[in-house]
This record gives sequence, structure tokens and C-alpha cells, in this order.
Amino acid sequence: MTELLQRPPKKDPQKRTVLPTSPPSARSRKAIAFSTAAAEGRLALQICAECDHVIYPARELCPKCWSMDLQWQDIPDGGELITETTLRTSANTYFRERMPWRIGTVRLDAGPMVLAHIHGDVGEYERVTMIARTDKSGQGVLMALPEKETANMADDKQLRALTCDPRHRRVLVTDGRTQLGQCTVNALANAGASKIFVGIARAWRPYDGSAELAAVSGVEIMPLDITDTISVNELAAEIGGKTDILINTAEHVRPGSAMQRHGILTARDEMETNYFGLMRLIQAFGPGMRGRGADGDNSACAWVNLLSVYALSNWSVFGTTTASQAAAYSLSQCLRGEFAGSGVKVVNVLFGPLEDSWRQPLPPPKVTPKRLADAIVHALRQGIENVTLGPVAEDIVRRFRDDPFVLERELMQAQQGQAV
Amino acid sequence: MGQGNSKRAGYEGVVVAVPVSVPYERFSPESAHWWLAKALADLGKRSGLAVDDIDGLCVSSFTLFPDTAAGITQHFGLTPRWLDHVPTGGASGVVTLRRAARAVQSGDANIVACIAGDTNHVDSFRAMLTTFSRFSQDASYPYGSGGPNGSFSLITSHHMKTYGTQREDFGKICVAQRANALKYPDALMKSPLTLEQYMDARLIADPIVLFDCVMPCAGAEAYLVMREGDAKGQNLPFANILSTIERHNAFPDDPVQIRGGWALDKDEFWSMAGVKPEQVDMLQTYDDYPVISVMQMEDLGFCEKGAASEFIQANTLTYDGTFPHNTSGGQLSVGQAGAAGGFLGLVEAIRQLTGEAGDNAVKDARIAAVSGFGIINFDRGLCTGAVLLESGQQ
Repeated sequence: MTELLQRPPKKDPQKRTVLPTSPPSARSRKAIAFSTAAAEGRLALQICAECDHVIYPARELCPKCWSMDLQWQDIPDGGELITETTLRTSANTYFRERMPWRIGTVRLDAGPMVLAHIHGDVGEYERVTMIARTDKSGQGVLMALPEKETANMADDKQLRALTCDPRHRRVLVTDGRTQLGQCTVNALANAGASKIFVGIARAWRPYDGSAELAAVSGVEIMPLDITDTISVNELAAEIGGKTDILINTAEHVRPGSAMQRHGILTARDEMETNYFGLMRLIQAFGPGMRGRGADGDNSACAWVNLLSVYALSNWSVFGTTTASQAAAYSLSQCLRGEFAGSGVKVVNVLFGPLEDSWRQPLPPPKVTPKRLADAIVHALRQGIENVTLGPVAEDIVRRFRDDPFVLERELMQAQQGQAV
Repeated sequence: MGQGNSKRAGYEGVVVAVPVSVPYERFSPESAHWWLAKALADLGKRSGLAVDDIDGLCVSSFTLFPDTAAGITQHFGLTPRWLDHVPTGGASGVVTLRRAARAVQSGDANIVACIAGDTNHVDSFRAMLTTFSRFSQDASYPYGSGGPNGSFSLITSHHMKTYGTQREDFGKICVAQRANALKYPDALMKSPLTLEQYMDARLIADPIVLFDCVMPCAGAEAYLVMREGDAKGQNLPFANILSTIERHNAFPDDPVQIRGGWALDKDEFWSMAGVKPEQVDMLQTYDDYPVISVMQMEDLGFCEKGAASEFIQANTLTYDGTFPHNTSGGQLSVGQAGAAGGFLGLVEAIRQLTGEAGDNAVKDARIAAVSGFGIINFDRGLCTGAVLLESGQQ
């Protein structure tokens, strides 16, 4: 049985911080599709369109019928452990530091035999449930979990290396003024975060829920205005070395397209928060988190960016806001590249219209702040990097996958319809 | 489609000669070129042949990059009319022999130098593991990066579970090979090994222990393939080729490797030679892990499949035993010099059959079986082969 993970002791300031090392990150171009699905928490393998053979490792050609029409599809997650070992030496520094390490061969119900990390609670030759997740290198890997939930299952050393579980971790929520920020704080507290730093800009201005927020266990209200470089830097100087998870809940949302604006003042405000705000956070908190990706049980592990799904393709009803969100999305991709190999995941949550005052006139379906907050914590616990939340977001992402250029024109058409 | 396999032609009149082993080193600052060069130079010296007499070249090496056999011709001053570069790792000894023998038989070449060598710089083994193959990069190396230790622990544990093979059986193989190595001056492992030491050894990847694993090193091996008449003319002792087989990616649907390609071709292997397993005086297996030697004993028909445990316990495996096996100590005790490891057993067999073995000589040795196994592309070895040789000594 997995031992319950205890709250890590205070860090010994005399000891050097363990530097992050990375499991192997090299993959073929074909295999990157597997990693892409794993980043969404999906287990997808190639399936031959002609003979239905499920193929692993990724190939160019079906080895059974020589069809080249191989489609990536989600497959059933059941399997059976056929043979296993516990490695006690490794050629790779990351694993060498974490020995012993359990691996095994699993026969997937879908057909193929795969090599996988094996959870400590899986019994010999037992049935297993497979997950695909990105590891500390950012590439997708397979792990076999017990078929039934076991005690403290999430605390397994090898599983925790794939997840960003907030339990015992210290989290910064950049804006606690909104319902979204407050729901996120509550969800984190329920998930066992040991400390929740909550950024509040211009604290003299009252806000709804302030008393309840301050009463949440582990919460520390911190002055933070992400449109102010000095404010961001001051907070990073204070807590940057113990921020394990950063969740950027700050956003500046205003309806309106470019021609509906007079001048660039509103657009600049949007950029100040949505783009430059993120940039300030990255510059102030990024290097510290990147250096702490292997810093014990409460290492830095995740950076969460919340983005309107229209960051993928502009929706002119919120034309300039989504332009700033597109910039933020692009910067988030940049951050993911910069965090590569550090063990810190960038979690991008693309969500549909939120149930809040700035999006009040929009028709349903909408995403409630609580649902978004729960989705964030779920993604962290599961180690999922890319989340699409709500029917609108799912619809847009699906169309984006089909053809981003068609989607762009469809969204333009919707705008024309509105203008008429 | 044809009815079954075409019948293979024999190798009458084609022989192997001049076994060369360049003493291994744990680490070498030299490149693979140096090791291949040394092997080739020794071939020349030992055979008395001139550079121009060698008109065929077959090379096997993992660490020769950025060169291949082609660049080597200029480097070594050869102008061959037949050239091959064999990428089958631990099967490269058997495979080069097969290629070269057909070249000589068909008249494409008179004398083929078969050379295999690799260097081992500090950290070069790790570097090779990280880029070994696309499947290993995509689907095995990210899982703990155990390299072959990881893959073979899974295979070993599966064999033990399926057939009841015991650690004592693997231990007996390792212990006997160490005894052989103590009689072979160029073995890197110089201290005796007992079964007790084996059983108590440090775990590497359960159930594999330290003595199950080969030690990567630098080294080279070589031999010549030529017409029998040319060997006689040059006064070179030789061995005849009775039969050979090779297979790649056999039994792809076995969930875990439990057998190798030998099992597909063993009947033809024995019938082509007109020899029975009991007539074989020694077996040289590819022994990167003892479980693979066990598989070769089973799949080549020295014992029933799954009966290796009794077979091993019923025999003594030393060079002077009832079933001489890996008579120079194998890779487990001599060292694993990359692609040269695929030549080690073959070159040792030629040495034994041409009367050139030293203190580890198998008495009255006439027939040797040599088997190869290589390329753990993902979860199993893909390349297998075997050859039966007969001493050409009267």
C-alpha cells in the first residue's frame, strides 16, 4: 500500500537545492501525437483504418496489412500486467536519482503490448488501468494504475512524478478579488494545499467575499497588481522561492471589437493585464520555479494560465480582449518551451464564456467560476496540461482541430450575421 | 506464392580461417577506427596476405559514425570488389559469415575480411542507449532508462515464470563461463566466481543481478572467409561451414520474448548439416544475459523448449565439461565490445576448430555451433542466426 505523504518539513537553507534533471525527451515526430494526447490526459494510439489493428510504438505503416492510413484514436484503458521488474540502476540521471523504479510489460485490452511505469499498488500479473500523461520531460508516457482506487494512491512516487497534486504544495492565486479567484482558493484548500497566497490589488478597495476568503485555511492575502512591475517583483522577492504552483486568475475582459473602441485605451488595459501581466509574472516567478522543479515533495510543478477559447481564433464580439488572450496564449506556449526539462508543467485551460458580470449578456451555455476552479484542481491532480472546458470551448477546439482557417471564416460569418 | 522455403545451397569449398581477437579494454580513448584497424592489421599479419589480396570487406560497428564500411576502404587502403556493412549487432558474426560465404562462393570475391569492432569511451555506452533506435527512444528508454538490463529483466522474469527456470540455472552458466575465462588470457574478468557469490550478488533489475550483465568495453574481432583451396595454399588452418540460418523479427506476436528466430529454422539447420545436436562438441551462444543463452539452447534443439533448467543442471558447461559452452568466457566474462560481441563466439569457435585455442581448448573438437542474437529495438531482440562449423584439420 502506498504510504501517506506527510507534509514536507521546512527546507534546510544550508543545503543546495536539488537541480531538476529530465527523463529522456527525444521522440520521433510520430510519437509526438501520443504526447499531445497525453497532455490532455487521453490515451490515444494509432489504429489502422483498414484492418483495425492497434499499433504501438508509433509507425508509418500498419505491420499487419501495410496500410499507411493510421489514425490516432482514444483506446480503452484496461490492461493486464504480464511481466515486470524493479530497476535499481539507470543510465539516465533523472531515474538514477529516483531508484528503485518499477516498470513492466502490459497487454492492453486494445491489443498491443506496451512498456509502462507501474504503480506500487499494482499486484503481480493483475489487471490494470492505464493512463497516458506527460512526464517531467514534457513527453507522454504510459503508467499502469491499480484497477480499483487504493489508499493514498495519488501519493505513489512514480505517479506523483506525473501529476502536480496541490496537496502539501504552496500556491499563488494572482487575483482573489473575483468569484473565480475565490472559487479557486476554496478548491485548492479542499485539495490540501498547504499555503495559498492570494494576490489582491489595491487592497483598500472593498470586494465581495473578502472576509470569507481571509478565513480559508492556509490563505495569506498578498498585495499583488500584475499591471505593476514593482508590485509583481516585490511579491516574487518575498514568496518566489516557495511558490510551487502559480495560477493566474487575473484577467481584464471588455466586450467590443476594434472599431467599437475609441482609441487604444481599453485595448491597452487588456494587454496590461492579459499579456504584459503574464509577462511580468513569468519574468518574476518563472526563473525561480524553473530552478525548483525537483525540490522535494513540494517542488515547483505547475503554472496555470486561464484563457478564453477565442485565444485560438478571434471572436469580434470580444475582439480586442480575445486579441490580448491570443497574445497571452502565444506567450504561454513560449513559457512551456522555457520550462521544458525543468519538471514544471504549463497548464492551459481554454474555457468558454464564464458566468460573470462582463459576460452577463451572453447566452448559455456558460461555465461557472466554480466549475472552472474545480477543473483547474482536477487538471493539477491528474497532471493534465491542456484542458478544454465547457460546451462552447469544446465546440471551438473541435472546429479548430478540423481546420483553423475554416473556423476563422465561420467566426467572421457569425459577426456579419450580427452586424445585419 | 512458392510452396514453403526454397532449399538452401550448401557452402562446399568455402571456409573460415584466421581468428583474430584484439584484447579488450574497459575504456579506450581510441576511436572505433583504431580497433577495426588493429583487427585488420592482425588479420594481415597472421594470414601472410597482402593488402591487395583482400578483395572483400564486411564491417560491423556501432561506434564508427560518421563512417561506414565505405569510408573504411579509403581509410585502410583497400580496393575491394565486394563490400557490406552489417547492422545486426549481436547476430553480426553469423550474418557477416553468411554474406561473405555467398560472395566467395559466387565469385564476387576471393577473400573477404570480416571485421567487427567498437570503442568504449567514458559515457559512450550511455550515449548509445539514448539514441539506439526509434522504438527504444519512443517506447522503452523513457521508462526508467534501464537499457538492456531493463528489457532483459522482463524477459528473464517471464521465462522463469513460464518454464520454471531458476536463478541457479543462470548462475551455473555465469560461473562456468568465468571458469573458462580464467583460462583465456584476454578476458577482462580475472577473478573466480562461485554460485554463492552469484546468488548473493547485487540486484540490477529484478531478477537480474550484477553477474548476469555484461560489461561494455572496447574491442575488436575478425576472421577471413575464403575458398578452401586458397586457405590450403596459404597454409592456413580452417573450418568448413556446414549450415547457417538467420531470421529477423520472428514471432512478433509473442507478448514477451520467450523464443527467438532459431525455433523457426532449426530443422533445416540440422538437416542441411547432416548433424545432430548430440554430435556438437561446443556451443557458443550470444550471452548478453544468460536467459538468452538458455533460449538458444532450447530453440536450437539442444534440449526441449522449457527444459533448459534440467539440461543445464545435468551438464557441466566448462570447456572441459560435458557440454562446453562459451569456451572463452563469453561476453559475460571477456567483456561486451559492441558489435565485436557478435563476433566473439564465432571467432572463438574458429580458434577452437583450427587448433589455435590455448589452455581453454576443447579436446578433440570437431563440430561447433555458434549462435547470434542482436538489436533490442523495442522490447526484444530482433536478429537471430546460427552456424555449424566443422574443423578442416585432418
